[in-house]
Amino acid sequence: MSALPRPAAIVVARPAIAGALATAYLSLIVLIPLAAVVVESSVDGWAGFWDAITAPQAVAALRFTVIASSIVVAINVVTGTIIAWVLVRDDFPGKRTVNAIIDLPFALPTIVAGLTLLALYGPKGPAPFDIGFTRVAVLAALLFVTLPFVVRSVQPVLMELDREMEEAAQSLGAGGFTVFRKVILPTLLPAIASGAGLGFARALGEFGSVVLISGNIPFKTEVASVFLFGQIESNNTRGAAAVSVVLLLVSFALLLVVSWIGTRTDRHAR
Amino acid sequence: MTSRRPSSPASPADVVALSLEPDVTKLVDEKLVAPDWNQTPTKGFVTNSVVVLGVRKGNPKNIKGWADLVKPGVEVITPNPFTSGGARWNVMAAYGSQIQQGKTEEQAVDYLEQLFKNVPVQDKSARESLQTFTGGKGDVLISYENEAITAQQKGEEIEYVIPDETILIQNPIAVTTESKNAELAQAFVDYAVSEPAQQVFVEKGYRSVIPELNDEKTYPTPSGLFEITEFGGWDTVMKKFFDPEDSIMQQIQESLGVSTS
Repeated sequence: MSALPRPAAIVVARPAIAGALATAYLSLIVLIPLAAVVVESSVDGWAGFWDAITAPQAVAALRFTVIASSIVVAINVVTGTIIAWVLVRDDFPGKRTVNAIIDLPFALPTIVAGLTLLALYGPKGPAPFDIGFTRVAVLAALLFVTLPFVVRSVQPVLMELDREMEEAAQSLGAGGFTVFRKVILPTLLPAIASGAGLGFARALGEFGSVVLISGNIPFKTEVASVFLFGQIESNNTRGAAAVSVVLLLVSFALLLVVSWIGTRTDRHAR
Repeated sequence: MTSRRPSSPASPADVVALSLEPDVTKLVDEKLVAPDWNQTPTKGFVTNSVVVLGVRKGNPKNIKGWADLVKPGVEVITPNPFTSGGARWNVMAAYGSQIQQGKTEEQAVDYLEQLFKNVPVQDKSARESLQTFTGGKGDVLISYENEAITAQQKGEEIEYVIPDETILIQNPIAVTTESKNAELAQAFVDYAVSEPAQQVFVEKGYRSVIPELNDEKTYPTPSGLFEITEFGGWDTVMKKFFDPEDSIMQQIQESLGVSTS
């Protein structure tokens, strides 16, 4: 193979400029705003921060949000993988359309999603059940807005997957499930984990789709973001910031775990 | 609808028309509104209304007054008082009704707690509560009279009961000090409280700040009508009832968790 020799200067210079640009951009858009939230939360010192996040209503909202997000992610891991599988491995009329529909939850304004779910599955909806203003309704809204994450992270990996490995396993006598568990799943795992992590982070902070369909009752159906909104509207931005910091930390910890799973499996695969 | 977090961090405005008096007081503190804004014939208010009880067509649960809202099996819709200025009027109407009936403060707080146990949805704004109610949830909607009338005018199937004891809602209006068109702004405010403009408000469901314009048929004066000044005015009420960290409503919200889990 004869690749063209690259000019050394560019190899050195480019990453420097790119790095500077990336840093400046990340700072403006992400790091400085996040830092501002942390600063705001700590205006009253550690004691004030602790009081804000241990207030019973805050704890209840945080707990409900984390549990609901976990359930939603667990469901997404299964259904998202199945949907990705069907989209990659199966052929059926209208496949392209279905494939395009997957991303629509990203495009639909979340408040419209909440309103639509409420109209369909609420007290006056055509559905034979009424989940309006319940915890189940919160799950439904979160499932809707987080659908694309696992599907879209698993799909490309599945497309690249080497079929020869599956065939080899089969020829050695492995059954369908064993092939899936021993050959396919380990390859998909980092992608599933990454989709799950993104979905979880998204669910933690979700506001628009949840606020209409949840009853917003403290200790029952109130999620963290709606609790925060109440604090802001009552002129308690410090309390709101404190609870936000907890959400950020939970998300950050989870995303670290996900990236750790990714690198570990990579090494494992090699 | 009026907004509660107005021009505070410097968005240019000539006139502010807000939900509650303290919203304007806050602007006076920030020198965005002149301190004498309420030295007018209408005390700075542009419209009035009262808190009413919205019910389903034909009033199937036979709601007549506040006592009916704490009965078992009655679902009451009212927004979260920590996110909605409107809900604060509702809470003070419910509380004050008990005081008017001769109950003690403690009994009135107990009443509030009973009331909120019957609330299955605390929307974040009055508008959303109306939507929740017209969407089929709940037996009673605690609402402003003008909101109920607007809903009726839009063809929603809602009736309303004016309880004997209720609070007079007063909405302030003021010219800002930063107005670049102060004269025009003042002219607008003057017009808004003049008879022709007030007539329009009356048609749209508001009670006029000019008493003679309120027709007793549409806008009967409840026998036990009271004002927020009864409880020391909004500044006192905000601290005592609606402080997000320690107040009567905050404790009631917390009691909701204790009693159900």
